[in-house]
Amino acid sequence: MATITVSQNKWKQALGRLRIPPVYIFLVITFAVGGLLDQIFADGQIFTNPSIFMNMIVRSVALGIVAVGQTLVIIGASIDLSVAYTISITAVMSSFIMQGDPNNVPQAILIVFAIGAVIGLVNGLLITKLNVNAFIATLGTSLILKGIINGTFSNYTGSIPRSFEAFGYNQIGPIPISILVLLLVVFAGWFLLNRTKFGSHLYGVGGNNEVARLSGLRTDRVLIMAHIICSLTAVLTGLFIVSRLRSGAPWVGPDGIYDLESIATTVVGGTALSGGKGGVWGTLAGVLIFGVLDTVFNQLGVNPYLKTVLRGGIIVLAVASYTYRSKREAA
Amino acid sequence: MTQETLARTTQTPSALQPILEVRHITKRFPGVLALDDVSVEFLPGQVHAVVGENGAGKSTLMKIMAGAYVPDSGEILLQGERVTFSHPQEALQKGISIIYQEFNLLPERTVAQNIFLGREPSRFGVIDIGKMNENARVLLKEIGVEQFISPTAVVSSLSVAEQQLVEIAKAISFNAKVLIMDEPTAALTSTEVQLLHDLIQRLTSRGLAVIFISHRLVEVFDIAHVITVLKDGKFVKTVNTQDVTTADVVYLMVGRTLDHYFPPLGSPEDFGEVVLRVKNASNHILKNINFTLRKGEVVGIAGLQGSGRTELAQALFGVVPFKTGEIELRGKPIDIRNPSQAIKNGLGFVTEDRKSEGLLPKQPIRDNMLLTVRAIQNIFGVINKNGIRKAPNLVPNLGKQVDVKTDSFDREVQFLSGGNQQKVVLSRWLASDAEVFIFDEPTRGIDVEAKASIHDMIRDLTRQGKAVLMISSELPEVIGMSDRILVMYEGQIAGELPAKSSENEIMLMATGNKPGDVAAAGKE
Repeated sequence: MATITVSQNKWKQALGRLRIPPVYIFLVITFAVGGLLDQIFADGQIFTNPSIFMNMIVRSVALGIVAVGQTLVIIGASIDLSVAYTISITAVMSSFIMQGDPNNVPQAILIVFAIGAVIGLVNGLLITKLNVNAFIATLGTSLILKGIINGTFSNYTGSIPRSFEAFGYNQIGPIPISILVLLLVVFAGWFLLNRTKFGSHLYGVGGNNEVARLSGLRTDRVLIMAHIICSLTAVLTGLFIVSRLRSGAPWVGPDGIYDLESIATTVVGGTALSGGKGGVWGTLAGVLIFGVLDTVFNQLGVNPYLKTVLRGGIIVLAVASYTYRSKREAA
Repeated sequence: MTQETLARTTQTPSALQPILEVRHITKRFPGVLALDDVSVEFLPGQVHAVVGENGAGKSTLMKIMAGAYVPDSGEILLQGERVTFSHPQEALQKGISIIYQEFNLLPERTVAQNIFLGREPSRFGVIDIGKMNENARVLLKEIGVEQFISPTAVVSSLSVAEQQLVEIAKAISFNAKVLIMDEPTAALTSTEVQLLHDLIQRLTSRGLAVIFISHRLVEVFDIAHVITVLKDGKFVKTVNTQDVTTADVVYLMVGRTLDHYFPPLGSPEDFGEVVLRVKNASNHILKNINFTLRKGEVVGIAGLQGSGRTELAQALFGVVPFKTGEIELRGKPIDIRNPSQAIKNGLGFVTEDRKSEGLLPKQPIRDNMLLTVRAIQNIFGVINKNGIRKAPNLVPNLGKQVDVKTDSFDREVQFLSGGNQQKVVLSRWLASDAEVFIFDEPTRGIDVEAKASIHDMIRDLTRQGKAVLMISSELPEVIGMSDRILVMYEGQIAGELPAKSSENEIMLMATGNKPGDVAAAGKE
């Protein structure tokens, strides 16, 4: 009995040293099972066609970028429900300002990032200074944004110049730019969380706000910063989406369910909703699981409603397996 | 040891200039005068214990000195200079560190990350992790614990005692001149307490002033040079430890001597038929548990931490049930798979951890009292504010019975003292007509006076024909209360001892000695 526990601990320690979040096991299983089903019931392209494989990741880019931001605020024991409409406003505003002219691109990018920063700042201030619960505060800003853009724009507005489509479609060598951007964002998120004071403080604020305060942290500033960064990742996602669609429409954010799915992938990736624990690599795995599922369902021609049901079931199962495991560890 | 004695005799209060001094401190909270004109001096190189009952104002005084509260009037002098703190950070920077009763570490972060939270060595916001870990290692070495604790260990993987050492390392890292500890040993085992005492000794020998609050007077007499007694927010007296006895200090604390610390034990005619019989019961922790419990009896359960005491209570109550074996209640075999079945069979469980398992802290007293009875008797019923249909005035009656000190039953339980909270928990089981009461550490973190009243209440239960199983890690409590003592060791009942057995006999059995050896030791 005792020896078993020791060897288990050794395994755990080894895994801990490699710092591979356990969700990657799910990812591998999902990919293997999905690919196998594809082999048996469809044309088997998941394993054999590299472009399908790449496409699977490209599908994950939009969600992946914003999920990194969401991971940050959730580690800070906060949440951001306004990302979907931040994405929409970015998509609409950028294509509206660009109007197909490459010369307008820099100012368009500047303006949408500024808008994003303001949204994040407002979210952060509402939560820290007015002590509004994060769920309600960001739901509020989300509704305000929704009203504004639905009242101003009704359909596809403006367009982007050819050159800007590069973000969505071009490749460097065999790898799409968008995947590189996603990896860059994930890496930046990892660096922020694990190598900077900001990250260390964010874990503190999310883990136990009182401990952080008594350690002399300006907890408000840390959380406001996290919200600004989160909104900026939403802006980047918005820019990616508009570069794919070539024009922005007000429904792109909510249609992609980026608010709830960014939260779901973060949690599936092992970040605790209560804050203070988790990381962006886990989130990336969560996002890729969603991407794999999408591709597999498409390959198999699964009914879209059934698809949603299956996704829901898989989210719940994944998270339940964590709590089950941590309960067993406790016992 | 000789050094310690020397230190005590040489460092008389008049010999040194105080490092920290509070003068005429008054602090009022809504409805309570928490501190009333309190003045105390603290000297460098001394361990200064602050004692008093719950509500005496100890914690408030500590928090004022640490900058967590601002006093209404009075002044704080640090090395003779007047200081004011509006934030704990300011006190920290001036060299006053505090370790609160609740742990103040981030469980998911490493030791080094915790120690240097907010002060990470960095360049352009990027942390120098190597340097941070190295600094932590140096710090841990400085307090002589580097062999137990690695800077890169995640705090949740450390024991409670190790976590406490990390807190001390963190506190020291602010170049503390004064270290305040609020009940530092409440959760520690005796060897761990010794480790902490050694550490405190080393710190004071470097000229640090250590101020600590403790309910364990034995410990206070072990390590404190000076004792200050507070009562009802007022300063009573500061005494040199060597000049007084425990009884003197208790007298100062409660204003009377506690001659009647434990109620008299039951006599054989009080004991009725067997209510609870456990036969060959086991689960993954407990092995082959056999015992009986009679009406009118208090059976104490002793044993070291991890011997399975709490697990036994949890098994009986269906929290983590037995897997094999039989439980008989009043001669009838019963099956307890979950707490709901246990309650319906007349069991009551007063848990070890009041805050997280025993109470709904933000709910009013009345709802806490009625929680169980509503759950079992009033499933569809309309909720009656004061009781249930069959007993409409249950709340005031219970309040009277257990003597909860409050102005209103609408008050949230979290605002009651530990002793009063425990009374509320107890009243819940009285309301549900429990026959067998299981107490797990009934008086942990409760002051002397409330302890005595809890003990009286437990004895009252047995006089009403209830049966009590009482788990306690405080041996005087086990000995003072129990009509029989079961000693646990490694998940088994190692043996049974009669009432009034000695601490020595219990400890021998609890550390794995055979009952025969224990009997021999008892005769010596």
